[in-house]
Amino acid sequence: MTLSTDHEHPAPAAGRRGVNRPAARAGLGLLGLSIVVAALEILPRSGAVDRRYLPPASSMAAALADLVREGDFWTAVTQTLRGWAAGLALAMLIGVTGGLVIGTVPLLRALTASTIEFLRPIPSVALIPLVVLIFGNRPESALTLVVYAATWQVLVQVLYGVADVDPVARDTARSYRFTRWSVARTVIWPTALPYVVTGFRLAAAVALILEITAELVIGVPGLGRAIGVAQSSGAVARTYALVIVIGLIGVAVNLAARAVERRVLRWHPSVRRETA
Amino acid sequence: MSAPRGGTAPASHRALGRRARASLLAVGRRLLLAIALPVALVAVWWVLTANSTSFFWPPLSSILRAFPDTWFGDRITTDVLPSLGRLASGYLLAVVLGVAMGIPIGLSPVLRALTEPTLEFFRAIPPPVLVPVIALFAGYTGSASKVITIALGCLWPVLLNTVEGVRAVDEVLLDTARCYHLSRRSRVLHVILRGASPQIAAGARQALSIAVILMVISELFGANHGLGATVVQFQRGFAIPQMWTGIIVLGLLGVALSAIFRIVEHFALAWYRGLRDADPGA
Amino acid sequence: MNRADTNRTDGPPAAVPDRPLGSTVALDIRGLRKTYDGHGRRVEAIRDLTFTVDRGQLVCVVGPSGAGKTTLLRCMAGLLDPTGGEIRLEGSRVTGPPRGMAVVFQEYGRSLFPWMTVRQNVERPLIEKGMRRPERRRAVADALDAVGLGDSGDAHPWQLSGGMQQRVAIARAVAYEPSVLLMDEPFAAVDAQTRADLEDLMRTLWRRLGVTVLFVTHDIDEAIYLGERVLVLSNSPTVILEDVAIDLPDDRDQLSTRSAPRFGELRAHVYRQIQQAKRGRPDQPSSRQRQKG
Repeated sequence: MTLSTDHEHPAPAAGRRGVNRPAARAGLGLLGLSIVVAALEILPRSGAVDRRYLPPASSMAAALADLVREGDFWTAVTQTLRGWAAGLALAMLIGVTGGLVIGTVPLLRALTASTIEFLRPIPSVALIPLVVLIFGNRPESALTLVVYAATWQVLVQVLYGVADVDPVARDTARSYRFTRWSVARTVIWPTALPYVVTGFRLAAAVALILEITAELVIGVPGLGRAIGVAQSSGAVARTYALVIVIGLIGVAVNLAARAVERRVLRWHPSVRRETA
Repeated sequence: MSAPRGGTAPASHRALGRRARASLLAVGRRLLLAIALPVALVAVWWVLTANSTSFFWPPLSSILRAFPDTWFGDRITTDVLPSLGRLASGYLLAVVLGVAMGIPIGLSPVLRALTEPTLEFFRAIPPPVLVPVIALFAGYTGSASKVITIALGCLWPVLLNTVEGVRAVDEVLLDTARCYHLSRRSRVLHVILRGASPQIAAGARQALSIAVILMVISELFGANHGLGATVVQFQRGFAIPQMWTGIIVLGLLGVALSAIFRIVEHFALAWYRGLRDADPGA
Repeated sequence: MNRADTNRTDGPPAAVPDRPLGSTVALDIRGLRKTYDGHGRRVEAIRDLTFTVDRGQLVCVVGPSGAGKTTLLRCMAGLLDPTGGEIRLEGSRVTGPPRGMAVVFQEYGRSLFPWMTVRQNVERPLIEKGMRRPERRRAVADALDAVGLGDSGDAHPWQLSGGMQQRVAIARAVAYEPSVLLMDEPFAAVDAQTRADLEDLMRTLWRRLGVTVLFVTHDIDEAIYLGERVLVLSNSPTVILEDVAIDLPDDRDQLSTRSAPRFGELRAHVYRQIQQAKRGRPDQPSSRQRQKG
């Protein structure tokens, strides 16, 4: 039996588009999480999974509580977030200005197209050996990796945005003898803005990944390094607790970025469908 | 220029010749634009490092000279191929599992609501973090832990994108499939899977870059054979030109995989491009 | 051509006698009712629809917007469960999409599979039906020829114009050889010129294949031009206002039929009914809503 999706009529509890009552949806989501937590508790305790590798959820929670009480933990959190934010800001700066400049000058666009397509898929991990050599485990290592990876996300989106500008609007502005700066401000920027915001969201996620990677692999101070230390010293529950913390930070970053996106685009009529 | 001889044939020949020349020029110009910057960059790199005595930035010439000895030998079979094999296994495993799980979740609003927060949480965990966690179970050496790590890291984008793609399959298509009594197998294969394929492809593309990252990182811990392991060993042993060749190889790998993906996508999703071009609102 | 029973809607619905076996009835709708519940609101979309369609008839259903025409069609297609009453196709109850029924939706662009060619689209239901390849090929070719798209088999739907896409949808329905064809405002989204061509195509196909057709439309002229009967629906909560027999000649064409005096009379009659329907009936709560005419 299909339920009608006719929008003129009051909506049933669950249509194809999803569970319609937000309370019900939140409830189900919570239920799903609880099931996972329960499994995490039962499986190790019952012996189905070795306790040494996967401790029960309760001991993870206890380790988490311990963590929160430690000063070192919060230092690590600050270090991670600082590195993330700095890298993201720099990436936005380079990506937006670079994208605007390249996007608006057709010759530059044509010249750089092939180079961008070639450099973009180069994995940032390829730079790890180089960065280690030059910076060791100082925060600059992480910064380089983060900026490298995140800038591409922003740049590509901004290029899409500038390409989307209505040429008629731009020509009209130019025919009224707007300066280049005015054209950029009144015509190009509003069109490109949604793309810039999408680029921000994608870059924020990538920046976090690279920051943690740098900390884990290179040993830059931060949460990633804390995980490596915890794992190699056999503090299994602590390792999982740190993973949970990082996951929560990741979720928070995603949610915040989406909130920013919604806010900035509230007035914007268009909806961007990007590869999420 | 000689005067026209009269008659239409010579004039059309000239017109054809003009057109052919024009298009040849256009192609030539495009090619020139495409390679101008890369060539210039490489040239600059060469020139800047030509007489370099810097430790980190050896001359480009010495890097290129180190290439054959470093890579064209046993190393291909002992390091490169196993790494690529693990990459492929982990990636394919993730794609198969992700699509297989994503379809039922995408079709059921209740399942979607149940699993959404959990999946979003797992997806937010940076994939490299999985390496020490899986190492708890399976250690750092050996192929199993690496394949599992790659698979687990690649799973989330594929899964979440499949769910989204399946959810967004046009209802009219599904109604049509029901009215014409398409079997369940037909519905999944011919309607749902194909309808969701653009979104699934987006997830698979994301997963590919994650796969490369995890392939390298999973080899950075413990004593290992592999592409990433080799490059790091060069770095630790301060064999700088060799390290640079490794960086270039990794870069080329990323580019090559991306190109292969684009080609496959080009053929598989030709209908989607056509549909979007015909109806930009779709 | 049989005249089916006409239904009066004032007063309680008359008890409908059971049909004897071997009757000529293809579709039998009795007391169809559909109420939507949700968010504490309850909307009665369809109050009572009772009518029959004989085999081989072309019946048009017309009514003001919001009259529940699409709801009726979805119930008949088995895509929606009614709240009350029953629908019978060739004597058996409809509980899900019944076999032997084909539907042509209004949104042709969205009902054709974009990753398949035109030919593959038309062929798909036949594969599901279990037809063997040579017969399938022939059926597809015949159907495409019948709608005038014999050369477009290898194109993709999005490469075709709107009218052509709808022809593909019709070809797909026709190739399926259904006993009943449901059409939900199929020509609403095409331009007037194309609509005229498609209407004529519809009548030609109907007469050639002898299939039973239920054609839902908001266009009064179209309903009268096409149908042997026109069911006029009221506003929501919907009932049948009138079952109008169209006594125009069988051979119809856009020019002469539409300018015939009888056409004008029928048109005026139906138009008046619909206007009355939009104003609402005095004893119904919906009369409080005034619709723009």
